[in-house]
Amino acid sequence: MILFELVPFEILRVVWWVLLGVLLTGFALTDGFDLGVGALLPFVGKTDSERRVAINTIGPVWEGNQVWFILGGGAIFAAWPPLYAVSFSGFYLAMFAVLAALILRPVGFKYRSKRESAAWRNGWDWALFVGGFVPALIFGVAMGNVLQGVPFRFNEDLKIFYDGTFFGLLNPFALLTGIVSLAMLITHGAAWLQLKADGPVRDRARAIGSIAALVTIVTYVLAGLWLATGIGGYGLVGQIVSDGPSNPTFSETARTASWFGAFAERPWIMVAPIVGLLGSLLAFYGLRTGKDLMTMLYSKLTIIGIISSVGLTMFPFILPSSIDAHSSLTVWNASSSHQTLFVMLVAAVIFVPIILAYTAWVYKVLWGKVTEAEIDRNHETVY
Amino acid sequence: MDIGVVELSRLQFAMTALYHFLFVPLTLGLSIIVAIMETVYVMTDRPIWRQMTKFWGALFGINFVLGVATGITMEFQFGMNWSYYSHYVGDIFGAPLAIEGLMAFFLEATFVGLFFFGWDRLSKRAHLIVAWLVAIGSNFSALWILIANGWMQNPVGAAFNPLTMRMEMTSFFDVMFNEVAQAKFVHTVSAGYVTASVFVLGVSAWYLLKGRHIELARRSIAVAASFGLASALSVVVLGDESGYSVTLSQKMKLAAIEGMWETQPAPSSFTLLGIPDQQARETHYAIHVPYVMGLIGTRSLTREIPGIADLVKQAETRVRSGIVAYNALMDYRANKGKVAPDVARTFEEHSKDLGFALLLKRYVDDPRQATDAQIAQAANDTVPTVWPLFWAFRIMVALGFSFIALMVWFFWMSSFRNMRFPRIALRLAVIMIPAPWIAAELGWFVAEFGRQPWTVDGVLPTALSASTLSVTDLAITLAGFVLFYSVLFIIEMGLMVKYIRKGPYIDVSETDRWQTNHRDRLTAPSPFGQQPAE
Repeated sequence: MILFELVPFEILRVVWWVLLGVLLTGFALTDGFDLGVGALLPFVGKTDSERRVAINTIGPVWEGNQVWFILGGGAIFAAWPPLYAVSFSGFYLAMFAVLAALILRPVGFKYRSKRESAAWRNGWDWALFVGGFVPALIFGVAMGNVLQGVPFRFNEDLKIFYDGTFFGLLNPFALLTGIVSLAMLITHGAAWLQLKADGPVRDRARAIGSIAALVTIVTYVLAGLWLATGIGGYGLVGQIVSDGPSNPTFSETARTASWFGAFAERPWIMVAPIVGLLGSLLAFYGLRTGKDLMTMLYSKLTIIGIISSVGLTMFPFILPSSIDAHSSLTVWNASSSHQTLFVMLVAAVIFVPIILAYTAWVYKVLWGKVTEAEIDRNHETVY
Repeated sequence: MDIGVVELSRLQFAMTALYHFLFVPLTLGLSIIVAIMETVYVMTDRPIWRQMTKFWGALFGINFVLGVATGITMEFQFGMNWSYYSHYVGDIFGAPLAIEGLMAFFLEATFVGLFFFGWDRLSKRAHLIVAWLVAIGSNFSALWILIANGWMQNPVGAAFNPLTMRMEMTSFFDVMFNEVAQAKFVHTVSAGYVTASVFVLGVSAWYLLKGRHIELARRSIAVAASFGLASALSVVVLGDESGYSVTLSQKMKLAAIEGMWETQPAPSSFTLLGIPDQQARETHYAIHVPYVMGLIGTRSLTREIPGIADLVKQAETRVRSGIVAYNALMDYRANKGKVAPDVARTFEEHSKDLGFALLLKRYVDDPRQATDAQIAQAANDTVPTVWPLFWAFRIMVALGFSFIALMVWFFWMSSFRNMRFPRIALRLAVIMIPAPWIAAELGWFVAEFGRQPWTVDGVLPTALSASTLSVTDLAITLAGFVLFYSVLFIIEMGLMVKYIRKGPYIDVSETDRWQTNHRDRLTAPSPFGQQPAE
């Protein structure tokens, strides 16, 4: 008996499917407000020191937050290699755009206030805006495409072929889900600014954020209705082998009328969209009434609800194929080997609690509002 | 596969990786130097050490952020440009990357913010711990990345699974304690320490030449020279060579670096200089140093180091064995994994050579149809182009020895000659600043160009690893990277120069604080009987 066989393969697969969701959600919960603040930056800060307040609310933490994204990439590579290979190469130019935005962002934070020139600072402010706005939109667009199925197929060597184009990704449904994602993260960023900033930055963030919360609700409902009526789903055919080899060409998949069949099969997953909608309603209320800490919690609920509603609806599908349904990636055919999943789980069980503990400590040390007075006092050292 | 896509993907990967590694070595070394300086500050409570920590810390920050930003490109690029590679070896290769995030990158990235923003919010000791956590995180990060890279050079702890058409992990322990990875880790972080030491030394020397910030510069030289001496010795002595005996292709890399066309009787001689000629399989005008190669390469007088001609012969045998494995694999594929036991046995016996059969895919769709000439051609392809490796390696080693000389001299002068540096030596230290970067980039070139024609040594040929993209896709991203990275580089250099010119930020309140806390030291009678200045 080898150690890793203690945990059955199919259980490890489900655990890693959950962890995939946890990592994506963790990214949206932490780096999400950084992206939101970036997208809000030109609108909440009119003067240089107001903008510096907004930037310095996330200045000390964005770097750690962004690791959720890096770790997400690494974990997809390690636990779901075909998903990593198909999505990164298929969405090639979109990935490049995300990459460019995510490179601009760190550099913008660090370099913006290192020169006095107004043109220099203004340039970096736009870079930070793009670095927040573009990824927030593209992640939602990607989700919209995943729900519709992505035009890829495998040959017998499991080499990947992709038939889509960059502009094909920007279809109406995907743009709608892109707006859901953007509005959701702007709400989150506004909630963060309400908590951490003061004065006019906080007031403007609250005003824009409460609109964003309403936009989140409306677009999410619209996308849900569209998905229920206008977009076909996927289903597995024949006997489901949940602990077989990870080879997408072994399984059979068929199109179904709608993804919403999942709600009939597993009614409890209704919890997810309800949490998402309730969260954004409460976030709207919190931003209106100025409840600093609770609004953060509400907007976190929104994110958890909305992201998990997508994953739970699609289960066991991870990345369906629109041109060759049999190539679709599912929890049962796209994972790493039994041993790798186990090793990775051990690593995650050891390190995730440690990471959460020191991240919490860092946020505690940095607790309190960032004010213009503080920025002026430390203008040499802060961002 | 479109060979243009493969070549452009290689170019893009090489460019972005070499660019990324402009920032990494300074991060590795400077994080530790800064932490050492802060340790001295906490131990002595002298404001000058706090000033040094903040000054070098600020330069560290400007550099660090580009290291982080360009590192994201590396992680994305395996999936974007090398999707068949990602599918084929992700089961093994992905794990160290993910663990790097969990164990190392989270640590350094979470605490680096606190390092810059936490001076007023943390106690001295707590801030010192934060500085060390950043340094440890950076270095652990290098460990896991080099475990991943070491696996590409020496793929241990894995086997091909014919049911999933990919390599799968058989022993995580073997992957983690891969001797090539461990040797590379020590070599690479030492190179980073040398880079940072030469940087601190050079910038401080420039201050001394200008007569500015003398106190900061002299102390920084003392730290850089001692840390740099230890690292320069370790980078050369513990060099990379320990892994060359492991696999056929590692042996091939060694033979190519040495321009060793034929096997020599042990212990073989080291070719100091010469002009390698790939066509004639000969090194013209070679200057040999007897015995040295045998001693370095095998650490013995009796073991032979195989030459290129012999290694090609071995490769040909493995191509033929690989064809047998490929034949069995086709059986698996045709029957969706259900095969007769003898086929399974045949596959198991020959599967370690499967990669060599894949080398034939450049010439023929089905390796089983290959002619003898094509097999010989594939075996010959296992020889990388010799002259760039030959020269890159020699320049790197020469630079390595020059760092030892530099550090020995500065260490001696600062320890025993009261830091009376002649101006010419200071100028030399300034001129030397770019040298460790050149050495580090050449080192990566030798390691990765020398691995060709494989992405994973003996397992997966580079020609098969790329994604099915179009040349247009590659042209767009390549142009984007060139433009984007060039602009960032200019901005970064501009800021570095600005902050070096500006010098340290002198915080008067710190000096006041020290004087209040240490009044006894200022007023105590001096052992030499003089009165302290008012």
